[in-house]
Amino acid sequence: MQLRINGKDTELTAVTVAELLAEQGIDPAARFLAVAVNGSVVRRAEWLTAPLAAGDSVEIVRPFQGG
Amino acid sequence: MADPLVIAGTSFTSRLIAGSARFPNQQVMLDALEASGAEMVTASIRRISLEGYSGSLIDLLGDKYRILPNTAGCVTARDAILTAELAREALETNWVKLELIGDRELLYPDVEQLVHAADELVRKGFVVLPYCNEDPVSCQKLADVGCAAVMPLGSLIGSGMGIVNPAAIELICSRSPVPVVLDAGIGTASDAAQAMELGCDAVMIDTAIAKAHDPVRMGAAMRAAVEGGRLARLAGRIPKQRFAEPSSPQLGLVGS
Repeated sequence: MQLRINGKDTELTAVTVAELLAEQGIDPAARFLAVAVNGSVVRRAEWLTAPLAAGDSVEIVRPFQGG
Repeated sequence: MADPLVIAGTSFTSRLIAGSARFPNQQVMLDALEASGAEMVTASIRRISLEGYSGSLIDLLGDKYRILPNTAGCVTARDAILTAELAREALETNWVKLELIGDRELLYPDVEQLVHAADELVRKGFVVLPYCNEDPVSCQKLADVGCAAVMPLGSLIGSGMGIVNPAAIELICSRSPVPVVLDAGIGTASDAAQAMELGCDAVMIDTAIAKAHDPVRMGAAMRAAVEGGRLARLAGRIPKQRFAEPSSPQLGLVGS
């Protein structure tokens, strides 16, 4: 199904946040990661179960240098 | 002499909050932060790169410094609030340096949206430190909605122009019910000292350290300036006057 990940339309088979991270090659155990789906934060504890639907907009972020 | 900075019940020995951006490389950043004595360091929250996912510099800083995430670049309250919520999840902190930009060239705060977003974030349990105009009314409104400190600008972000309106900063410091952290515009050590002398409780410095010819030495200079300025403020400066007043005794002058 098609999802919008960090502003880019992407074709994926993942149906949960955890699967999506795995499919993108991101270690879900990595520190300092955060995920939002359709403008709402999905807590880390819910990544395994939080469902994704076609057309969802996903933000995957982490801290960078800043002022 | 213990003189801690206290924000939202948390004590800091250092009155310098440092940025982590724009350093020539990671080692210089680490050394400059060390030299600055800062205990709290700001970070941004950004989308990870899906192509080249790699470790973040926060991996290096996170265990040594308190990380203060910002909402830099956000132009709507909605985006700033989501960024703060993502930061809370990523960094396990409810502190946020709230930035809401009203003009992408000037990076001047959008006060209307800032107050709105601050109000909502405070209700959601955040400790909000807003980057704001050097205007006592804006600062009061932000304190009224529950911000833990206010961060008025000395001059435009990254400009190095120092404190262009010291009278306004002094006025804010004299009236603010919450700590005042001078943010933006500091160019060199004397600017940081001046902020403290005007009554600011702390200063936030990024570019002036990171882009100095020798960032590590400038980190040390800023530390000394903040400490010197704070001591001068506590000591109480002499009033200015228009005429000379001799400092040596007038009696017993040779040849009189």
